[in-house]
Amino acid sequence: MSALSMRTRRIVKNRAFLALCLLSTSVTILILALLIMSIMLQGSHFLFNSEAINAVFAHGELSQLTKVIRWEFLTNFASRFPQKAGIYAAVIGSIWVCAICALLALPLGIGTAIYLEEFAPKNRLTALIDFNIRNLAGVPSIVYGILGLTAFTRMFGFFGSDKNSALSFGPEDAWWHIQLPFGQGLLAGGLTLMLVVLPIVIISSREALRAVPASLRQASLAIGATPWQTASFITLPAAIPSILTGAILAMSRAMGEAAPLLVLGIPVFIANTPDNLTDNFTVLPFQIFNWAGRPQESFHQLAASAIVVLLVVLICFNGVAVYLRHKLRRPMA
Amino acid sequence: MPDTQPTLSKPATAAPATSSAQPSGEKITIRAHDFNAWYGAYHALQNITLNIPSQRVTSLIGPSGCGKSTFLRWINRMNDLVPNARAQGTLQLDQDDVLERNFDVVELRRRVGMVFQKPNPFPKSIYENIAFGPRLHKRFQRSDLDALVEQSLRAAAIWDEVKDRLHNSALGLSGGQQQRLCIARAIAVGPEVLLMDEPCSALDPRSTASVEALIRELRQTFTIVVVTHNMQQAARVSDLTAFFFEGKLIEAGATDGIFTNPKNKQTEDYVTGRFG
Repeated sequence: MSALSMRTRRIVKNRAFLALCLLSTSVTILILALLIMSIMLQGSHFLFNSEAINAVFAHGELSQLTKVIRWEFLTNFASRFPQKAGIYAAVIGSIWVCAICALLALPLGIGTAIYLEEFAPKNRLTALIDFNIRNLAGVPSIVYGILGLTAFTRMFGFFGSDKNSALSFGPEDAWWHIQLPFGQGLLAGGLTLMLVVLPIVIISSREALRAVPASLRQASLAIGATPWQTASFITLPAAIPSILTGAILAMSRAMGEAAPLLVLGIPVFIANTPDNLTDNFTVLPFQIFNWAGRPQESFHQLAASAIVVLLVVLICFNGVAVYLRHKLRRPMA
Repeated sequence: MPDTQPTLSKPATAAPATSSAQPSGEKITIRAHDFNAWYGAYHALQNITLNIPSQRVTSLIGPSGCGKSTFLRWINRMNDLVPNARAQGTLQLDQDDVLERNFDVVELRRRVGMVFQKPNPFPKSIYENIAFGPRLHKRFQRSDLDALVEQSLRAAAIWDEVKDRLHNSALGLSGGQQQRLCIARAIAVGPEVLLMDEPCSALDPRSTASVEALIRELRQTFTIVVVTHNMQQAARVSDLTAFFFEGKLIEAGATDGIFTNPKNKQTEDYVTGRFG
């Protein structure tokens, strides 16, 4: 084969490969764009006020700007009349459950990561634990729902049935009023979501700690710091930006979970926000699931509107994570 | 802490001419007797007997893998971090048995500072790098701490270069400055011994010169043990030299003697560059 044709073949191969990569990238982006467009189109009916949009953009009446968004969609409770339906209870429930989940999962997960990475001896037992945590991260979340149902909602039946609780602490109207078993309350939901995200928090925190150069630990130990002082003053501060990034991504996972809460049997129609830690609640993904399952077209549009809200929240979460990754992460050595 | 630091009790004198590493009448800080070390089944150090005198620079030389760094890292028990590293025999710091199972390694490492091959400042300010160690061990008044930081940075001959940017990140310093900062950090906790594991191998010639000058300066206050691959460096900075080969101590004595009149054939071959 002559040198020229070899060269031509090389160029053609190169271009063909480039074209293939471009094609697969554009297909992915196209699918995403289609998804967002179709959801926006479907969701816009209940999310935006068409009259106000018309007034602002066609006639330049800026006073109507705040009315562009149909705020009642965010501030109304669910309803069987689509025009009156809103996601208030779901938004508040999601915030509550995610806060509980974060308060429980982050200290536990980061603490476990610090122990396993900085203190645990490297032996068969810790290898087994490591292997199990990695497997748990891959367990479908609905499985955690079953565990949550038995352990938190019903508490193995130790305290009577979940409908008729046997034990309660604190005055009925205090936010920290708790009844046992937790039933379909906030604590049951938060704890179940904690189970879902715990392996993710542990794994991402361990990776963050592992990325801290060993030379920093040695430097600290060599001037007489104890392993505990080294972990808390040197290793952990150096790893915090990455740990937070992982934690936020884990929280956005918790925010988007419907399946495990579905197993707990949380209610869909709720006409009040939770008053205490074991009060009933619902969350956005579950509200979406419910609306999408109804036959009427209007409810599908409601579901799409709620999806838009959920997506905006998740994009904000991920945006903060990206910001932390790029801005807070200083060079370590 | 500054009050526990040895004072300038003894001016640096020329190395004694005796061929033993234990010149008569001198105070011995580190004493190894029949010291053996293993990594798993690998016998890394065999029957090392070596006395390291106080307020002298002792350099450990030898080809890669000869065990000199292993010996250094047993003196402050940094080898505890290496799984399946173990040691037997006698290794004493001022009569205290370093290898004793219950020996307080945190206390040991306060008495024996260490400087590593690659400068490893903390990702904190210059001030915080120095203040970190002292604050672990004692509660300080702000002014006392400021004074200690300045004193340590002066002792490491870096004060003039950093005094205007104490609160800037230590990672903005050059390699040589970072290494002197690490020396200052080690000094700040008031050790009696400084271990240096190839302290100049990651530095350019100019920074190397500044660190070497500092080492010569510091022997007035500290007992210094330097591991080096660079024979000129050993000749320049040290009073005593110990030559390790394949896990054994071949020869130890005054640096002049080792380099100009080695007793052992292997030492001669190594210092004249015939192998290693």
